[in-house]
Amino acid sequence: MLQFIAKRLVAGVVALFVVACLTFVLLYSTSGDVARNIMGDQASAASVAAKAHELGLDQPLMSRLSSWLWQATHLQFGTSWFTSQPVFTAIANRLPLTLTMVCVAILLIGVVATFLGVTAAVKRGAADRAVQIMAVLAASLPGYIVGIVLVLVFAIQLRWFPAISRIGPRSGAAVWVASLTLPVVALMLNGIAGAAQQIRSAFIKQLEQDYVRTLRSRGIPEREILFRHVLRAAAPAGLTVLSLQFISLLGGVVIIESIFALPGLGSLAVSATTQGDLPLVMGVVIYTVAIVVVVNLLVDVANGWLNPKVRVS
Amino acid sequence: MSAVVDDVSAQAEPGGLGGAVKRPGVAGRLFRNPMGTASVLLLAVIVLSAVLAGVLAPHDPARATDNVLTGPTALNLLGTDSNGRDILSRLLFGARGTLMSAAIAAVVAILIGLPAGLLAGYYGKWFDGLSSWATNILMALPGMIVLLAVRAAVGPNIYLTMVIFGVLMSPGFFRLVRTATQSVRNELYVDAARVAGLSDLSIMGRHILGVVRAPVIIQAAMVSGIAISFQSSLEFLGLGDPSAATWGVMVNDGFRNIYRQPLALLWPTLAISLTIGSFVLLANALRDALEDHVNVKEKTSASRRPATVAAVPATVAAEPVDAHLCEVRDLRIEYPQPGGERKTVVDGASWYVDRDEVLGIVGESGSGKSQTAFAVLGLLPDNALVTSGQILFEGKRTIDTASRRIDQSALTGLRGRRISYIPQEPMSNLDPSFTIGSQLVRPMTRILGISKSEAVTKALDLLSAVGIPNPKRTFSAYPHQVSGGMAQRVLIAGAISCDPDLIIADEPTTALDVTVQAEVLDVIRDLQTELHQGIILVTHNFGVVADICDRVAVMQNGRIVEQGDVRTILRHPAHEYTQMLLQSMLVGKPPLTRLMSDSATGGMK
Amino acid sequence: MNAHGSEDPAEVLDDIVGHIPPVSATPARGKHLLDIVDLRVAYPTKGFLSRPVEVLHGVSVAVEEGRTMGLVGESGSGKTTLGRAVLGLAPVTGGSITFDGHEIAHASRSERRKMAADIQVVFQDPYTSLNPSMTIGDILSEPLGSQGISGAEARKRVRNLLDRVKLPVDSMDRLPREFSGGQRQRVAIARALALEPRLIVCDEPVSALDLSTQARVLDLLLEIQEQTGVSYLFVSHDLDVIRHVSHRVAVMYKGEIVEQGLSGKVTESPDHPYTRRLMLASPVPDPDQQAKRREERRAFAAKVASQLGEPAA
Repeated sequence: MLQFIAKRLVAGVVALFVVACLTFVLLYSTSGDVARNIMGDQASAASVAAKAHELGLDQPLMSRLSSWLWQATHLQFGTSWFTSQPVFTAIANRLPLTLTMVCVAILLIGVVATFLGVTAAVKRGAADRAVQIMAVLAASLPGYIVGIVLVLVFAIQLRWFPAISRIGPRSGAAVWVASLTLPVVALMLNGIAGAAQQIRSAFIKQLEQDYVRTLRSRGIPEREILFRHVLRAAAPAGLTVLSLQFISLLGGVVIIESIFALPGLGSLAVSATTQGDLPLVMGVVIYTVAIVVVVNLLVDVANGWLNPKVRVS
Repeated sequence: MSAVVDDVSAQAEPGGLGGAVKRPGVAGRLFRNPMGTASVLLLAVIVLSAVLAGVLAPHDPARATDNVLTGPTALNLLGTDSNGRDILSRLLFGARGTLMSAAIAAVVAILIGLPAGLLAGYYGKWFDGLSSWATNILMALPGMIVLLAVRAAVGPNIYLTMVIFGVLMSPGFFRLVRTATQSVRNELYVDAARVAGLSDLSIMGRHILGVVRAPVIIQAAMVSGIAISFQSSLEFLGLGDPSAATWGVMVNDGFRNIYRQPLALLWPTLAISLTIGSFVLLANALRDALEDHVNVKEKTSASRRPATVAAVPATVAAEPVDAHLCEVRDLRIEYPQPGGERKTVVDGASWYVDRDEVLGIVGESGSGKSQTAFAVLGLLPDNALVTSGQILFEGKRTIDTASRRIDQSALTGLRGRRISYIPQEPMSNLDPSFTIGSQLVRPMTRILGISKSEAVTKALDLLSAVGIPNPKRTFSAYPHQVSGGMAQRVLIAGAISCDPDLIIADEPTTALDVTVQAEVLDVIRDLQTELHQGIILVTHNFGVVADICDRVAVMQNGRIVEQGDVRTILRHPAHEYTQMLLQSMLVGKPPLTRLMSDSATGGMK
Repeated sequence: MNAHGSEDPAEVLDDIVGHIPPVSATPARGKHLLDIVDLRVAYPTKGFLSRPVEVLHGVSVAVEEGRTMGLVGESGSGKTTLGRAVLGLAPVTGGSITFDGHEIAHASRSERRKMAADIQVVFQDPYTSLNPSMTIGDILSEPLGSQGISGAEARKRVRNLLDRVKLPVDSMDRLPREFSGGQRQRVAIARALALEPRLIVCDEPVSALDLSTQARVLDLLLEIQEQTGVSYLFVSHDLDVIRHVSHRVAVMYKGEIVEQGLSGKVTESPDHPYTRRLMLASPVPDPDQQAKRREERRAFAAKVASQLGEPAA
């Protein structure tokens, strides 16, 4: 089991390294005259060149990559070109909000989707069809449309929640709850039905296994069969579904933060992209992929632990 | 290499994703589904409006006027946006960019995923390892974040962005194709094709592409929808090309002027949702058409749950005291079919079994022998109907004649406690997540009400009783750690663990090697001699019948054609079907001679 | 490994592999069509640097022209692998396979293609051995096409084949799912006959069939041999089936041949304890004869066990 975890850990670090290199090359080899963009059209050629030198843009790409990688191992990801704030600090300021939203959303998705999926699998009939229809609807509506509708109905029409976040540096819990309810619901809505549908299939697949019939023949109550045996057997598939959901939430949060004007990682990414603030964009990519790697590792370990063939060896 | 493919004239052009689906009826089934028809029609309308935008659009989509945010008028059928541009015209032209984005993403994803999946699935080895690794990395990337990085690097070039998005979506196709290829590659018909001398390329073209084609089309529809969602999201965030007339830009514009003119937001939102929705519905309809998805519903209000009233007659109407241990009277089991008819799998079967005897139910596949056994256990599939007859356990009825279902309330007290079950496949009948010991202990603590430590002691005794050499080790082992023969012994131990009166054994030795079969039959026989249960043994093997059964019932097409004492049936079969079966036996026949007098009849069904 | 040791059953039940009686004691009378000498097959295992698993440890067996060599053994004996090695579907790591004087153990794909006309196969499972989406006509013309026969000539041949396996001509345009197991196996036999081969490897061709269907298919195979003089390498786990169709029989156990010889001798009065055990384990359809056989089996097992109890002589 330890060997299994170590293997996954190494694979995660390698993945992170590859993504970092590819992103770096993509960002810095294709973008145009960065120094000119920063200084504006009025700046003289000399000051543009000076800026380029200051930013290290006159160095060869590979030496810039290696120095970035070296610094990254010390958790230094450079400084923003526009605010001169260290990337680490900029992201650290934004990350808690985003992670809170994503984690709350994934927990809720996990609970609700499991409930819906298991209900649909066991009861079939109307519950089953409801989940199917919800899944089609959720897949048809892009996240920003869901967000807009929620704003229109609950913030503008009903005035239950603020349309735009009031979260500041010293906001209390009440403000967080009020400001984050709608965004988290918007984040969840797209994921729940799809996850429920996949959990339903995984559950049905396990329900059809021969051993379920044998357990029934042994007089084990249905409830115990469903929750002790079938749910456990379906858990690895469910966890994988949730880890994929988590990845898509990290993307979806970008849009939700923009709609609700939340000061999170997503809106930072959008503004950095608009400005062409490459160190910041790079930092955001690395942070999100690192989070994904950690989550995937946790899921792998959990699945390995659930599988006796991995655990007992 | 490819010449071989062309030579085979009978075969339709292989490959070609645009080609008609080979299996006849898939397209037909797609259009029979209203969702399928609707989605295809809607997509056709969208494609047409994109193609004919230049002709259909009443105005220049880019021309700004002073009529800002008007709402529907005779001049501007759907109103104008915040720059006074005609919304209808912009919608029509916007369809171009939207569909083009979807097409680019889907085509790029297929171009990468399909060949990579084919190669990885067919040849495996290092390429499989490498591409699966790359896939895992791609799947760990949140799409939106990557698209933002691409946007930061290359600027507002939506088509290039969609190419990258296609790369991000390629793992879906890769996994799909790889899994399908791997499973087809292990099919015997691919081996047969190799033996027949087909090259790898022809095998892929003839046997594998045909299998992956449909799932790839379904996935392409899904990816198209996702691509439109992402592309319009980028534009909504203000990261698209601001000069182009696109739906996402229109949503952005409408959202900013929501208080002044809500309709300006409604139209593009509607267009996007309908387009994505059509792709999603199309994918679903295609999947249903392929799976030949038939939702068979019996038109009765009676639910699967047996009515609580049914418990009453079961206890009241007791039969005479000298009742058989288990008796089946005129049992008829039917399954509802798509067309509304019912298929009869057991057709008026009657038999009984007493304590201390083994009844063999013998027959060929499809004779209904296993269905009868499961009916006694009350473990028929949910849609099974018991349309006539009764099953009596010690005189107690277990069929609820009103709902035509098994009376589960009558059986819950019996199953596991009085009636137990030995299945056919040893491995798949143990839960792989639990130790063998815990799977033996749990029914005993539940049914017998004994303590856990007593149950553990008893389980170890049972394991040695069924001939397991090292009970302690097997007790703490997981199912994957023991052999099939051992697993079957464990299942037999489980079946006798709660001292049942009746054991139902469904082909208990069919999955085992013949030497293991002999030993397992010995175990069953010895236990039965000692404990005097009644056993119902379902089998197709007359040798097994001769070895262990006291009486035999021969089944054909759901009917019992003959039953009686084992010696009478095997030596002097009265029914011609039994005679034919016994004539087919190889034991005692002169080698290298014909077995059947009428061997010429290969006859169609 | 090759100890021609005593025929003492004591050392056999648990350590049978250690004892290989002299292979092929009586020289074969007919001409050898297929000669397998000291064949070894090893499958690569999953995982980095892991060793291949050898499943055939030097097997020698021969098939005479126009005759049937029956190969009997239990699961894991390697009997199916032997058949697959002859067909070029298993990785040969040692020894030789000679067909009509030509060495084919390591034949390339193009050489194999030329041999397709000589060596054919009928697999066990008639459900997965026919492509479900191809019509019977397409399935039967596939081997013809690979040998350059197409069009009207191919259709004529397909019609003859269907006739020979006693299926109606209108089967051509039907899909495999419209046929029963026995009928599908007839299609598989027809496909094997399409190129008029000299050897057909029959890999458990009747194991998935019902009793009465099994009898009909065996009759068909015997009839075809009488008419065409084709040789069979007939693989089965069922000693009764093997006895019925074979001229000579080889008994396999854990990747080795423990006994081979004339069919009547090997299957009725075997020399090797394992063959004896196999024979006594297969039940006969008469209660009293079976009771007798059971006693013999138990007596034999007891004898072996008691001898095992003694210290090795």
